[in-house]
Amino acid sequence: MIQPNVSVIEVTGLENRFGEQVVHDGLDLSVRKGEILGVVGGSGTGKSVLMRSIIGLKTPDAGEVTVFGESMVGRDEEEAKHVRRRWGVLFQGGALFSTLTVAENIQVPIREFYPGISQDLLDEIAAYKTAMSGLAQDAGAKFPAELSGGMRKRAGIARALALDPELLFLDEPTAGLDPIGAAAFDELICELREALGLTVFLITHDLDTLYAICDRVAVLADRKVVAIGTIPELLALDHQWIQEYFRGPRGRAASKIDAAEKAEA
Amino acid sequence: MTATADFDQKYEDGRRVLRFSGNLTLLRVRKLNEQLEAIEGDKLVVDLSQVDRMDTVGAWLMHKLQRDRGAEIVGANEDHQTLIDHVARADQPMKVRREAEPRLRQLAGEVGLATQTALHTMVGLLGFFGALLISIGNIIRHPRRFRFNAVVTRFDVVGVRALGIIGLMSFLVGIVIAQQGAVQLRQFGAEVFTVNLIARSAMKELGVLMTAIMVAGRSGSAFAAQLGSMKLNEEVDAMRTIGVSPMEALVFPRVLATVLMMPLLGFYSAMIAIVGGGLFSWVALDMPPITFVQRVREIIPMTDIYQTLIKAPVFGLIIAMAGCYQGLQVEGNAEEVGLRTTTAVVQGIFLVIVLDAIFAVFFTEIGWP
Repeated sequence: MIQPNVSVIEVTGLENRFGEQVVHDGLDLSVRKGEILGVVGGSGTGKSVLMRSIIGLKTPDAGEVTVFGESMVGRDEEEAKHVRRRWGVLFQGGALFSTLTVAENIQVPIREFYPGISQDLLDEIAAYKTAMSGLAQDAGAKFPAELSGGMRKRAGIARALALDPELLFLDEPTAGLDPIGAAAFDELICELREALGLTVFLITHDLDTLYAICDRVAVLADRKVVAIGTIPELLALDHQWIQEYFRGPRGRAASKIDAAEKAEA
Repeated sequence: MTATADFDQKYEDGRRVLRFSGNLTLLRVRKLNEQLEAIEGDKLVVDLSQVDRMDTVGAWLMHKLQRDRGAEIVGANEDHQTLIDHVARADQPMKVRREAEPRLRQLAGEVGLATQTALHTMVGLLGFFGALLISIGNIIRHPRRFRFNAVVTRFDVVGVRALGIIGLMSFLVGIVIAQQGAVQLRQFGAEVFTVNLIARSAMKELGVLMTAIMVAGRSGSAFAAQLGSMKLNEEVDAMRTIGVSPMEALVFPRVLATVLMMPLLGFYSAMIAIVGGGLFSWVALDMPPITFVQRVREIIPMTDIYQTLIKAPVFGLIIAMAGCYQGLQVEGNAEEVGLRTTTAVVQGIFLVIVLDAIFAVFFTEIGWP
């Protein structure tokens, strides 16, 4: 499934700074087609800024970003449109349009990129997408303000998946979900990856998610990607932050559960 | 086999076989959906062996054929089957629209809701005023809780920074009144009474009223937006849990600053309007400034200034209270902050004008000219 020779996202020499503060300095990253790449790093290491640079919301101060082989730096909205329809983005807070119901939120990208689809079919699509992302039966007709934080996140996922994208950006998708919901979410991503050949760029702090679904993990520290690889590969590295991250009490617990599950299976 | 190819139909063993090819994705779905609906008959066989790529929408259409038309799906590869199963599992009775109510009921409901909101706001504002008095009482009993710096900051924001815009507005309004008044009074040969018009209307009504409107737009809205976003951000709740009363820390400094700044701004506005009118009289009516000033001193009774100085703090209280009250009512989403800010300004200005009318009647009744 994973094609190591085909890279979907290619970042080279990325530089980002806010005033005096340098967030990224010569950051390189390559995401392979079909993989789920976890991105981890301490608070303030620029995980979200990296995502925003890749999807073109922030113009980097230097460096090159290509997605699906097309440069994303300095492209205007109209030109980048055909690339945009091939990805879905889930923002940290869900970023649902507050004046639209959840179902209408899901229909927005479909209407935008594929006009003329009948309302009945749009409603059917919204219905199965909401069901797929694990929302309650009446959630589709509700406004985002009427949903809890976790539900809003699911609705955000449903909207990100609206166009059946090839590439999915997720910014802390399981934060704020209960463990059962988070596990169901992991499963959903895995299934969709298998069925649709999704590539996933996943920012997370959830060690369970990292162990359960990520093929590789990229570690952001010291203003660049200090290491990228499978978790066992990372564990073999002698980097203080990585060791603390994975071998700390929470990391150990997550790896134990993972190992126990594998032994059972 | 092209990416946009459709499906062909064949009869095999008396059953209709639909053979799809190419990509079964969102791009083709609009046409495909219509075509599929046009096909009649049951016992369909769907052959997916020629399909390259399928997404969930394509899978949904296949699932619908299976569900509604009893179609049998053959030739699906593993990925396609996973996707169809996945979609089939998500096929649950979901509600995606709100039920529309009958028109008449909707109308009645809206009227009722508006009435309820209006009454609620009245009671709420009254309660808010009570809470404010209690917190003032608390501050008097524990003077250390008085937030001097916060109040001074508000003095600056509400008062000093408003001087420029209020001055400019008053100056222009003074000129306009003088000019319009002169045109009308000239018809009776009473041009010289333009001074009376400018001086009395500015000092008694316009100065304080225009200032109130400007302060409602500048500061009332700012209070509502500030407190509203603090409320959204749970800052107000955080304050409460720490033991700081939002009434004392947020509302009181704003109300106090507005109450104290309004008389100063109102008087200032009246003076500038008179200056504007005087300038116009000098340039257009050939009235020398010295005469203008002398006439103004004769015309304006002390009671006009009392009126302005009595009305201004009351207006300030109302504007600041409406702003803070609406701000603290914010719940839910960012959109509400905007709505509440609008309401704060509208309510502030409306109440100011109603009260101004009551004041006008009252002052006339007690014999102030």
